[in-house]
Amino acid sequence: MEHAVAVSPWVSLAYLVAGVCFILALRGLSSPVTSQRGNRLGMIGMAIAVVTTLVTHVPLGGLSGAHAPAIAFGGDFIDLVTFGQILIAIAIGAAIGLVTARRIAMTAMPQLVAAFHSLVGLAAVLVAAAAFLNPLAFGIAQVIRPIYGPDLVTILPVSRIEMALGVAIGAITFSGSVIAFLKLNGNMSGKPIMLPGRHVINLGLIAGILGLIAYFVTDQSPWVFWTITVLSFVIGFLLIIPIGGADMPVVVSMLNSYSGWAAAAMGFTLHNTAMIVTGALVGSSGAILSYIMCRAMNRSFISVIAGGFGGDSSGGAAAAATDRPWKRGSAEDAAFLMQQAEQVIIVPGYGMAVAQAQHALREMGDKLKEHGVRVKYAIHPVAGRMPGHMNVLLAEANVPYDEVFELEDINSEFAQTDVAFVIGANDVTNPAAKTDKSSPIYGMPVLDVEKAKTVLFIKRSMGGVGYAGVDNELFYRDNTMMLLADAKKMVEEIVKSLD
Amino acid sequence: MDFISILSIFVLACFVGYYVVWSVTPALHTPLMAVTNAISSVIIVGALIAAAATGLGNGGAVSKWLGLLAVVFASINIFGGFAVTARMLAMYKKKVR
Repeated sequence: MEHAVAVSPWVSLAYLVAGVCFILALRGLSSPVTSQRGNRLGMIGMAIAVVTTLVTHVPLGGLSGAHAPAIAFGGDFIDLVTFGQILIAIAIGAAIGLVTARRIAMTAMPQLVAAFHSLVGLAAVLVAAAAFLNPLAFGIAQVIRPIYGPDLVTILPVSRIEMALGVAIGAITFSGSVIAFLKLNGNMSGKPIMLPGRHVINLGLIAGILGLIAYFVTDQSPWVFWTITVLSFVIGFLLIIPIGGADMPVVVSMLNSYSGWAAAAMGFTLHNTAMIVTGALVGSSGAILSYIMCRAMNRSFISVIAGGFGGDSSGGAAAAATDRPWKRGSAEDAAFLMQQAEQVIIVPGYGMAVAQAQHALREMGDKLKEHGVRVKYAIHPVAGRMPGHMNVLLAEANVPYDEVFELEDINSEFAQTDVAFVIGANDVTNPAAKTDKSSPIYGMPVLDVEKAKTVLFIKRSMGGVGYAGVDNELFYRDNTMMLLADAKKMVEEIVKSLD
Repeated sequence: MDFISILSIFVLACFVGYYVVWSVTPALHTPLMAVTNAISSVIIVGALIAAAATGLGNGGAVSKWLGLLAVVFASINIFGGFAVTARMLAMYKKKVR
């Protein structure tokens, strides 16, 4: 048997077309207008990749014709069984996937994405393991026939590195995403869990994995492969547990990136263009999103990875703060102020998602528009638990996307705005980020809500602090009115008062 | 294909990815993550190869079942990822004037 399966140019071309479809799918996301067409192109690309693989690799007797691969020596009966098994596997996956996609609440999107990442990681581990156990099927091994004894199957050295990297990245993606899922889903505390000496343990493990990958080139014994796999599962777990809830947008983006690199590594193993292109796209996508999130928090990627942020911080003025005077308002006050306004900017945050207040909020916006008020929404990049989370929730509540603005596009408008309405956001509105050098969030770009004539700030109680564990200067300003209640109830009451 | 050609494709695709992703509007970053999730499940190609391999003895049988399991996981992602992206994108509407 030859060491590489001969590939027809048509097959390579089909995978290339699939890769191009994936590029266009992402390109479509540059505007909501073209996005749905982009998504359909993505589906077409995936269909092309799957059908091409099935046609070239499932031996179907006479049907596969010119593409019949070297392994097509089973009879028709066995081939149909294989084909049936694959279809059943796809059908099971499709049923689970479609039902989940239909039922999931938009507020739960971060944990769904984390769960999906874990599946990509797990699939990568399984494929790498399958390739390790049966390298001839993947065309990555040579058979050496010694004069005495059984045939020796040796995996090509380059393929060994690619395979080992694939399994390592896949395993890290899997266990890391499982932890991210548990934290986002509330099964595990969002507080960072700090092990003593964790940096030493982590660096040691990473060095061990890299060393074993290098050793794998010279020795393809199963223990090397499985040790790499196990150590990678452990490091993925250890890397994510010290990272707190506030940094989850970065973690989710980072794991997105890893799932891409895992696919790329397997693409190298299989010499498959579609996988390599996709892996590179997804890898860059996740990396860029991580960068955007870090920049929006003014934190370095390294400090996020090192973890520990967003726990019970003893930060700054948090403790003694509640003694300071602040103003409390009622729903009627808020309704009155906003009715009189020319422009109201609504600043939503994760608290809005938790309270499921987006529909009530849109109703409030509609009522205000009836009163001739201009309503806009201002979104901070890290509002919510994943990039773009707030935009999806507002879209779900039928808020038109051209009323929703990003930080840099709307920040200059607060000065000419009558009312800034903060709902479920906290740290991203804290003026201390601009003035107080001792604040843990100093330097983070924030929304200039305090420049509005009046700030209405919905909060459950005066006791709690934001994720960063710092008190918000904004609460004690003369132009701030605190609306202390559950976000959804408060908005519903304001809607009633607006009638 | 030799290693260098594959590496060239990879490096160029990284650049394509860089420019394409920066042009994605921040409002669509969540759908971006969902759809990248779906397309990274192109790893199903490897799973299918493993699942379709026949009669290669030794680790062959285990490899086949691992492949089938990977097909299930990747399919969950493909169908779930594209469906949830489509559901999200359908919600983005312009102002009715």
